[in-house]
Amino acid sequence: MSEPVLAIKNLTVSFPDHLVLNDLSLQLNQGDFLSVVGQNGVGKTTLIRVILRQLAPQHGKIKYHPEFKRMKIGYVPQFRNIDEEYPLSIRDFVGLNLHDSRLPWLSKKERQKLDKIIKQTNLETIQNTPLGDASGGEKQKAYLAQALINDPDLLILDESTASLDNVRKFELLDLVKEFNEHQGVTVLFITHDIELAKDYAHEYLLMRHGNYQSGPIAQFKESDLEEAEHA
Amino acid sequence: MLSFAFMRHAYIAGTMIAIISGIIGVYVIGRNMSFLSHMLSEIGFSGASFGIFMSWPPLNGMLLFTIVSSVLIGQLSSKSSRREASISAISSLFLGSGILFLSLANKNASDATSILFGSMIGISQGEVNQILWLSLAVLVIIFLVYRDLRFDSFDHVGAQVKGVNTQLISIVFLVILALSVSVAAQIVGSLLIFVLLTLPAASAKYFTRTVSGMMVFAIGAALLGVWLGLYLGYVTNWPVSFFIAMIECVIYFTALIWNRVRN
Ligand SMILES: Nc1ncnc2c1ncn2[C@@H]1O[C@H](COP(=O)(O)OP(=O)(O)OP(=O)(O)O)[C@@H](O)[C@H]1O
Ligand SMILES: [Mg+2]
Repeated sequence: MSEPVLAIKNLTVSFPDHLVLNDLSLQLNQGDFLSVVGQNGVGKTTLIRVILRQLAPQHGKIKYHPEFKRMKIGYVPQFRNIDEEYPLSIRDFVGLNLHDSRLPWLSKKERQKLDKIIKQTNLETIQNTPLGDASGGEKQKAYLAQALINDPDLLILDESTASLDNVRKFELLDLVKEFNEHQGVTVLFITHDIELAKDYAHEYLLMRHGNYQSGPIAQFKESDLEEAEHA
Repeated sequence: MLSFAFMRHAYIAGTMIAIISGIIGVYVIGRNMSFLSHMLSEIGFSGASFGIFMSWPPLNGMLLFTIVSSVLIGQLSSKSSRREASISAISSLFLGSGILFLSLANKNASDATSILFGSMIGISQGEVNQILWLSLAVLVIIFLVYRDLRFDSFDHVGAQVKGVNTQLISIVFLVILALSVSVAAQIVGSLLIFVLLTLPAASAKYFTRTVSGMMVFAIGAALLGVWLGLYLGYVTNWPVSFFIAMIECVIYFTALIWNRVRN
């Protein structure tokens, strides 16, 4: 596939009171693992909302790969309202995103999909645990499984590792890496953790207010980020 | 017992009501809407009084009020904190006007008690039919939107990501909630809607961890309450609502204790 999975050209988004994205261009090719870094409030989540077509940009274009008639995007949002009283099991929660049929019960094919993703994300032993009782790392894995259940072409993680300890962070990203390498899932990973980005991502996009910088992760310089923070 | 037409009517209506209450109740729990269903029952009381005042069947007044208000609530701002305060204000308004309608209608106190606490004995064949049709409508609507409603109720953020029209789902749900509240009030009265609509589903979540499992449990608990309650009411001549409330509370507290013991 020579065409990019996603090509964003001269994207501009502003809310009534201020400009958030200004003339942002970005290209994602199949199999990319792009890390998006930048300060709070710089517009990372806003960029995702545009990609998900939840928000219309004032200017600019997004071109999705022509082969994906309707590109399937799996998204793990930054915020989720799951408290400790949450009643459903991990398995039932993951299955909420199944929509091959509209019937109240799951088809055989859907049950197989569910089994498969539970296994691939190592949730087998805790699949019947209530999600409300699960640890932070287990919850993130369940969110990941729900996002991956329909075999997406593009997986977007919005700070999914932010609340995880060092061991769980790597565990989660090892899983993502599997899907990236073995299933060709393109990954867009928003994070504040530069070390983690360097370990896993291939490309980076550094967002600063009004200007953007991207390239292979090996060329990423910490000093650029500091500059961004002091600007 | 079943040789009496009124008892047959009561059993048929009660069975339907238990089934839809069990299903809707699970969504009420998932959407954290116990508070709102409470308000709808108060609005229902007001609507029933209005019906009596207009010399309509109370159920029709109830349906009119609850459906109109549920659509209005759906339009309110979604800021939940503001919502709760405005909900309390609206409830008081409706309870107050309900009392006014009753007194203007110049009816005796037994009408008020039957609206507030239910009356199993007076259900006619026509009312049974109306309850059956309304329940059927609720079931059909749920069947049509089952997956999206389930997703939105148990993972609102995830449903938005998937592209579910959550605004539409929310209004559809409010309307079927209004229907269910009006129908359930026919048996337990508007003050005790909670007993059928929330308690069985709230108990269910301590025993089972899937949406379908919770529905089966909640329907079972509601059916047990209604069937046993009607029987005990028949035998003792005590109010049926009292027995249903007792049974559902026993189930609920058993669930709580079971949950404690298990952990
Ligand atoms: N719906 C909205 N209306 C008005 N302003 C908004 C809206 N959504 C986001 N913003 C503003 O746009 C800016 C960018 O927000 P965004 O959530 O994209 O930041 P972010 O880079 O994801 O930050 P963080 O690292 O904290 O998650 C912020 O200043 C925010 O206040
Ligand atoms: Mg963000």
